[in-house]
Order: sequence, then C-alpha cells, then structure tokens
Amino acid sequence: METHQLDHFLKDHPFFDGLQPEDLAFIASCGKNVVFHPNDVVCQTGKPADQFYILRDGHVAIEMVLPGQGPLTLQTLGEGDVFGWSWLIPPHIWKFDAHAILQTRAVALDGRCLREKCEEEPRLGFELMKRFSQVMTQRLAAARLQLLDLYGNEPREKPDE
Amino acid sequence: MVPESWEVIDRNADTHDTFSLRLRPAEGRLDFQPGQFNMLYCFGMGESAISISSNPADPQTVTHTIRRVGTVTNALAQLQPGDTLGVRGPFGTAWPLAEAAGKDVVFVAGGIGLAPLRPAICSVLRDRERYGRVVLLLGARTPADLLFADELENWRTNMEVVVTVDRSAPDWDGHVGVVTNRIPAAKFDPKRTLAMTCGPEIMMRYTVAELRHAGLADEQIHVSMERNMKCAVGFCGHCQYGPEFICKDGPVFRYDRIEPWFNLKEF
Repeated sequence: METHQLDHFLKDHPFFDGLQPEDLAFIASCGKNVVFHPNDVVCQTGKPADQFYILRDGHVAIEMVLPGQGPLTLQTLGEGDVFGWSWLIPPHIWKFDAHAILQTRAVALDGRCLREKCEEEPRLGFELMKRFSQVMTQRLAAARLQLLDLYGNEPREKPDE
Repeated sequence: MVPESWEVIDRNADTHDTFSLRLRPAEGRLDFQPGQFNMLYCFGMGESAISISSNPADPQTVTHTIRRVGTVTNALAQLQPGDTLGVRGPFGTAWPLAEAAGKDVVFVAGGIGLAPLRPAICSVLRDRERYGRVVLLLGARTPADLLFADELENWRTNMEVVVTVDRSAPDWDGHVGVVTNRIPAAKFDPKRTLAMTCGPEIMMRYTVAELRHAGLADEQIHVSMERNMKCAVGFCGHCQYGPEFICKDGPVFRYDRIEPWFNLKEF
C-alpha cells in the first residue's frame, strides 16, 4: 500500500477522525503495512516501544508471563483496534507481551518519527494524546469490568428466598 | 395460577454450575414465545422463575437452563429423568422477532443470559432468509463456562458468532475481554438493526452504551430484565421496577421504556 493509500485508510479510521489533512499526511508518511503470522511476536515486555499499530484484521493477544505458569492472555484485540501507547509515554518501553493468534494485517506507525513531530508541534501532540487517552480510558473501563467477574458472582437467576 | 405436574425427560450438565432440564408438558405441548419464562416449583422447596431456553419449533418438550444459586435451583439440580415438578407459565413478554424481520439482528449475551436468547436465535435461524446480517456476541467467565458450546459451532454456519471470555485458559485461542469490546467491529447496519441483549445488568448497561455509540437508537435496543419474581402475574410487587412489573410487563423491554430507571442506583 502506497503512502497515499495509507492516508485514505487512516482518514477512514475513527481514531483519526477530524485530524487536519496535513497531520494525516504526516502520520501516513510514518506508516507501513505489516503482516503477522500466527504466533508471531508483536511486542515484548521491556523492549523499546517504537511503534503502534492499527489492526486491519486478524487477532492479537496481549499477555503476561506468570512465573511457573507460562503466558496468560489478558485481552485480545482485533479488526479496527488501536494497539500500543507505550511509544507515547516515557520511558517508551513495552509493558506487556503480544503475539498474533491469527494472521493479522496492520498498519505500523513509527513512534519515534511521531514523537519528534509531536515535540515540534504540540497541537498535533495534544490531538494524539487526547485520542490515546480515550483508548486508554476504554481499556481501563473494560479491565475494571473484567475484574468484576460479572458472570461468576452475579448470577442471572437471583438467589432463591 | 395452579402448577401443573410436568415430567423431567432429560437432564444435561452444561457447565460445573449450570444444567438443563428437558420437560414434557402436562398437556402434551407448550406454545411459548422466545423470551418468556416459566415458574418451576420443586415440591416442598419452593418456586423459581426460569427462562425457557428451548427451540419453540419443538413445543412437545420444553427446556430450562438453570444455574445453581440458591435453595430452589439446587433442589431442581437434583431432579432426574422420571421425576416430576410443578410448572406455571409461560409468562412475560417476548423478543421482538416480527419487528426484526428485514433487519440486521444483533444478539449480545453474557453468561447464562444466552439461555433466554436461545429460543430467539433458533427462531431467527429457522427463518434465516427473513433477516439481514445476524450476529451473536457472547461473553463468558472462562472457556469452561460457555453454554451450548457444540451448538455455537452449528450456528456459525448461518450467522456471525463472536465469543469472548473474561479469563483465558491455556488451550483458548479466542477473544479475551468483555463482550462489549466486540461491538465496534461487529458487522451490522445501525440504521436497520434490532439489538437484543441479556446478561448481568451491569453488562447490559455497557452494552446499551456501546450500541448507542455504534448508532442505534433506544427504540432499536431490547433488554431482558431480571428481578425476584413470585406471583409472575403482576400482583405481588416483588419484581416492581419503577412503574413496571418485570414479570408481566417484561422481562423483555424496549430500552426506551425503562431508560429512566436503567441507570439509577436505587433500582
């Protein structure tokens, strides 16, 4: 996919909705298409976080390795999801592991390139920060719901009197 | 109001805490609508409101899928083929299948909330050509807690089925996370979609919020509510919800009808 095609893809994605055309063009210039095959590593805990991804299709598992138990999937992401904000937040290190479960096509965006631009142009930096804050808020809300253990503790049929 | 004596013809352990009883109606058949419930009376123990989970195309047997949560449901769990129990019903309102004809249909189920939706799913699949895209988004606690697992695979041939669990397992390669996460990627046209959801109330709150965010109006969303029901005909008031009685005016409500109370802590 050429840069101008990436431009169109990003423009149609809700995450970038409303960005100025020149900002979109710059972001597209920092992007490239990538394909992860099943079991491919997408990111590793402790490694530099220099990219984030817009998933076009497929299925990625975010996981944490439990000592003695192996990896535990915390959440999965799929079509349309934005993956990765560690590129934006110091120290720019991945906090989790992730691997592809299915073949996954994504647009990888160069975090270093965008960080520099955001430092130069705080307006764009603030726009991106607002959008990533929304993603983080949604993921936090979802994680809290998961913690509630809805289906375990709150039965559909109320305890009999 | 007087229970009939029905025979248990089959008992199936669905998960570690959920089981299904297939019953033979006293009069040979029970014509019910998807979404309705019966009052099951375990002799000497008490009565409990349980949704009907079977295919309405087979009225000669009626199945209830039950989670063990209290005295009555634990007693029901002890029943075996050949035993009898008391049944009153069917009661309550139904899923709006006639209204859904010609539209996309989105089912969002959480945990045992799939049981009251199953008759509606069976009905939609029976008349599949009457509907547009059909999507089931299903959330469960773990892979081992998934209801109707074999049937889910059959359903996939005629509808989109997306399953997600809150807690993964070593051999699970499906989605992990709350079921509402899967709504944005679901394929449906919000302008011509009807959504039906059933599950824990907090899950339904977030489901409604996501469906609205996806472009559905309140009139396009239907929820199945749950309260402790006793008489099942709107006399006793146990299941009063604002001005509504869940047993008589529900359990299935169009969302705009109950929206004023849906997010109130006091309710």
